[in-house]
Amino acid sequence: MNLQKIRGAASIAFSQPVFVESAASIAGKKEGEGPLGNDFDMICEDPMFGTDTWEAAESTLQKEAAVLAIGKAGLKPDEIRMAFAGDLLAQSIASSFGIAEMGIPFYGLFGACSTMGESLSLGAMAAAAGYGEHILCATSSHFASAEKEFRYPLGYGNQRPLSATWTVTGSGACVIGIKPPSFPSKGDAMPLRQGNSCAAITEITTGKIVDFGFRDSLNMGACMAPAACDTIYQHLFDFGRSPSDYDAIITGDLGMVGQKILLDLLSEKNIDISKVHQDCGLLIFDNKTQDTHSGGSGCGCAATVLCAHLLPKIIAGDWKRILFVPTGAMLSKVSFNEGDPVAGIAQAVVIEQVTVS
Amino acid sequence: MASEQQIQKQKQYEQYVKEITPAHSLPLNMAKAFLTGGIICVLGQFILNFAKSQGASQDMAGSWCSLILILLSVILTGLNLYPKIGKFGGAGALVPITGFANSVAASAIEFKAEGQVFGIGCKIFTIAGPVILYGITSAWILGLIYYILKIIGVIA
Repeated sequence: MNLQKIRGAASIAFSQPVFVESAASIAGKKEGEGPLGNDFDMICEDPMFGTDTWEAAESTLQKEAAVLAIGKAGLKPDEIRMAFAGDLLAQSIASSFGIAEMGIPFYGLFGACSTMGESLSLGAMAAAAGYGEHILCATSSHFASAEKEFRYPLGYGNQRPLSATWTVTGSGACVIGIKPPSFPSKGDAMPLRQGNSCAAITEITTGKIVDFGFRDSLNMGACMAPAACDTIYQHLFDFGRSPSDYDAIITGDLGMVGQKILLDLLSEKNIDISKVHQDCGLLIFDNKTQDTHSGGSGCGCAATVLCAHLLPKIIAGDWKRILFVPTGAMLSKVSFNEGDPVAGIAQAVVIEQVTVS
Repeated sequence: MASEQQIQKQKQYEQYVKEITPAHSLPLNMAKAFLTGGIICVLGQFILNFAKSQGASQDMAGSWCSLILILLSVILTGLNLYPKIGKFGGAGALVPITGFANSVAASAIEFKAEGQVFGIGCKIFTIAGPVILYGITSAWILGLIYYILKIIGVIA
């Protein structure tokens, strides 16, 4: 075991940076109308994505994002050594059906809305260990399939509480590897590189399942904020850093309510991240005009915001180092009905600007 | 098993979350529900009176009223308009027979993709099912009480 790579109780510092070779994002119509509308690679006006069912729509969405990311890296699907992908549907069918057609060796993940952090963590570990030259990390979520899976049929008339979040229809995919991406040259390839500036995963902190005994599944922010607090605290502790060492600490989908709780919980531990904290769920929608209540959520929320907004800011040099912390609420319809609390998890990934020659 | 201290902590957290979570204004929601439910009931009364003016008996007019309201609700659900009414009116749109029809039609549309038997067949009453089950059960219990009261002569 290489002890130099292990930090603290739950973290890894990779001995060499794992580059994000390319990133692609596809979003739905509502997301396209939001503040990040111009940043997505593609916006699909048809919520069915040309299919007959919501589940097939999400599979198509994820597959298209994966194809786009592979193409942007200047690669072909058979050059991808393995894929780590997940979604919100039961048994992760959106990912398995979506990636299946591409013939890429596949690991299906479930980390609820934290799945992008999980797939990047596992992908980076595999890449850093030399188990694959190019690794695909992808997640997706779809408003309609998530509503169907966890809540009510879409046509059912009900009122959502103000604490509720709005599941993002979108998918983000990254190709990662230990070689820096090449200059954009051949064909349609658009690797994630600006001059000599690249984005790379340098460290991760694996999250624990944190259960505060909270049971309201329509207040996901309150379910997940304790987990985000735990992971961020653990990360800072493991590396002996303070929030000011980061240009931004970006959680996945805590929303307005969750953000407030996270800041409060961390301030109880004498950590103030209010100056650097952002939340993907608050970046993707304009809650006031888009009627999204507490903010955006879903695997696709953190994934699309990462690919469309965060990574471009890193290679542009706006940010040198960020902590990307997607958050997930661990529940199923059955666990909820049986009265179990909704626990949370958060996976932290450090992404840095790396200058290559 | 959760210790007492843990339960205490959970309660504190719940209380704290409740304090910081914004909520819909109750009086406003009640006013909206009153308005929406009221409009639906006025419409029902209109249908009832109209049917009676056409010579239908009280029972027959009542049936026409229910059927037309159900039909309207199902059509509005199909046109994706009922969710908007439900979002505005809350319980005002949910409690009348139109809300019941909406919950059945919405499930049928949503689960159609899963097939006629396992989709529509099994899941059409996903939301309405509990209402049917416990509605019939409570009607049965009330009927029994009524029957007993009648036998012992409390009710004529």
